[in-house]
Amino acid sequence: MRGRPLLYTSYESDQAILNTTTKKLAVGVLLFVLILIPLQPFFAGQFGWETGIWGIGFMGEDDWLRLLATVAIFVIGGLGLNILLGLAGQVSLGHAFFMGVGAYVAAVLGGDPEGVRLGFGLPIWIWLPAAGLVAALIGVAFGPAAVRVRGLYLAFVTLGLVFVGDYVFRNAVSVTGGAEVGRTFPPLDVRLWKEEEPLISFSTDGSWFGVDLTSEAKTFYFMLVAAVVFMILARNLQRTRVGRAFQSIRDRDIAAEIMGVDEVGYKLRAFGISSFYAGVSGALLASFVGSVIPSRWDLFLSVEFIAIVLIGGAGTVSGVVLGSAFVILLPRLVRDLTVWMQEVVTTGDSFMASILDIFIATESTDFGLVNTLPGVGPGLSVFQLNQVIYGLLIILFLIFEPLGLYGIWIRIRNYWKGWPFTY
Amino acid sequence: MPDILILAQESTIVPSEFGRMVVNGLSLGAIYAVLALGFVIIFKATQVLNFAHGALAALGAFLIAYFATIINVPGRWMEGSPVWLQWMLSVIFALILAAGIGMLLERLFLRPMVGEALFAVAIVTLGIDIVVRTITNDFIGLNTRPMGDPFGLKTVGIGCENGSFVGNADLVELCSIRVPWTTVFQLILTVVLVAAVAFFFRSRTGVAMRATAWDQEVARAQGINVGRIFALAWAIGAVMAAIGGLFISMFPRRPGGVDQFTAFFAFRAFPAIILGGLDSIPGAIVGGFAIGFAESAASTYLTFEWLGTGFGGVVPYVVMLLVLLIRPYGLFGTEEIRRV
Repeated sequence: MRGRPLLYTSYESDQAILNTTTKKLAVGVLLFVLILIPLQPFFAGQFGWETGIWGIGFMGEDDWLRLLATVAIFVIGGLGLNILLGLAGQVSLGHAFFMGVGAYVAAVLGGDPEGVRLGFGLPIWIWLPAAGLVAALIGVAFGPAAVRVRGLYLAFVTLGLVFVGDYVFRNAVSVTGGAEVGRTFPPLDVRLWKEEEPLISFSTDGSWFGVDLTSEAKTFYFMLVAAVVFMILARNLQRTRVGRAFQSIRDRDIAAEIMGVDEVGYKLRAFGISSFYAGVSGALLASFVGSVIPSRWDLFLSVEFIAIVLIGGAGTVSGVVLGSAFVILLPRLVRDLTVWMQEVVTTGDSFMASILDIFIATESTDFGLVNTLPGVGPGLSVFQLNQVIYGLLIILFLIFEPLGLYGIWIRIRNYWKGWPFTY
Repeated sequence: MPDILILAQESTIVPSEFGRMVVNGLSLGAIYAVLALGFVIIFKATQVLNFAHGALAALGAFLIAYFATIINVPGRWMEGSPVWLQWMLSVIFALILAAGIGMLLERLFLRPMVGEALFAVAIVTLGIDIVVRTITNDFIGLNTRPMGDPFGLKTVGIGCENGSFVGNADLVELCSIRVPWTTVFQLILTVVLVAAVAFFFRSRTGVAMRATAWDQEVARAQGINVGRIFALAWAIGAVMAAIGGLFISMFPRRPGGVDQFTAFFAFRAFPAIILGGLDSIPGAIVGGFAIGFAESAASTYLTFEWLGTGFGGVVPYVVMLLVLLIRPYGLFGTEEIRRV
């Protein structure tokens, strides 16, 4: 079908998971680059590249790999909220609660049996699915309450869920470790049963197929595979009967009901599936971080996921990926930017330095929008600056581009599709 | 001071647990009612679900602390005048500024969203909440900023024992119930605010606001400046939020000043709003006091060990979840009729 990329000759090709050439190409290139990223030491010094592959060499460092793995975890959680919010159109501020449930199920099942807190030492192939399943069960059990209330009231019900969950997590000390202490979570190592030596170890450095990899690189691969699996599942859901039922409820619930869509049943399913994703994501996040305090699963995490879905573009898988990457990498970029500004201001005497001096405070008496100095003073800390940028981004995206980053891509695409004509 | 000890032993009056519960419930109820009132006015008039209400409460409380204690305006220019007058003027200054900030937020971020889906607008206010809360917390810093109110820790006793007046009355006098002056102030101010709102809705502007709440397009067609009504609603809402923030930062509540957690405390007013129904002003007041009493009763009587710490703090949410199961639109909310 050369020259006619959008001509479909069968229903299967129209409904394929990657149904356009652009999608196939983009996904292929992205996966290829992502697989290459941790292999930097392997390429370093070859073809005249000093630190690894040109352009992405810096991402092979351990802290960048950790960030990218976090992106993958947030993609999984974001996909879950996307199914509920983007596909089924149900507002939920309770995503963090279900992530917490998943994390603590994982901790109890997979935790160290000789540790201070409850743990059974079961392998990952039990605790990871169980984390999702228990979260899904709680989601479905909570469903009847959520189905009864509509629209805006639902946002408040799920808000209540986060606060009640926070209280439970803080007080269930034998499971969660208590408010300020927290507990450790099982590592990602794959075991058949409770044997000493793991079958595949993700938490230690080692070599795979003759390539030396750090634990960060291995973990990154694990999260990448997990994220891809869940992306395929989520993309597949959209084109099934269930996914179409979700979308019909989102678009017009009364019309959907008249057409024979069982509204209550499908809303419960949406909550269940979304909670499953959240549970798995929470378990992975906790296991990845290693030690987590109960207040990690607070309202802010829920808002973070709403931001991921909205900034990325509600209802699309690629939007969630874009949104997660944006939300997770933004703090790092802001931090690097402030560090760079500080360097320019303190070392240079250039015109640039005097402009940047307005933004950044270098001494305790100095005025600046950003103040990286320890202790109190006027000006935001880097963390606070991140928060403000974050809030502003949510606001501005909703005002100017409600379809999110995905919407920007659609606009660029449509422009070039008709180029040189405007439409 | 041996006299005092003997006196205390001889006294027959036992401090009443129930009385303390009621007083605490009234104080909490006033907080929730005022916060809910501001929220409901914004929601009714502009169809915006304001998640930033907690942040506005913290901001308002900080502004009051800023005027009253940090820069002491206008107190620094009026030495000799009574303390309460200086404080009241500072509060009024702060409230005017809070109203201005409320109007500014509406104009900048919510006016462009008019006509969008309610949910999208609600998420915009979540963004506003993050921005306002972060900046406010940066100004507050790590310290607790006291409100500088003239009531302090003073209390008025009810059912006190006669003749127990020895030395420092406040320390020795035995009473069955002690009502902090701050609570009296809060209740009076709440009543005044409710009355003011009731009268406002009978005024010309108030009727215009009610018409806007009913139908924005028709209101426009009648010559009502809907934009101005929106600004006014946000000004009123921000003032109410600031007063709620002031109440949260006063004596019976710890830590007796505005700090980084004030915004989160204000989140507990949401159950009160839901309980009464999102769009009902009487509901906001009833819901506020009901939640306040529920929380106070729970923290007084439900002190079993297995419940752990901080159960009083989640009682509002538990009550909200239970009520919504029975009445999905709250106690006084308008039921959404689904017609085909």
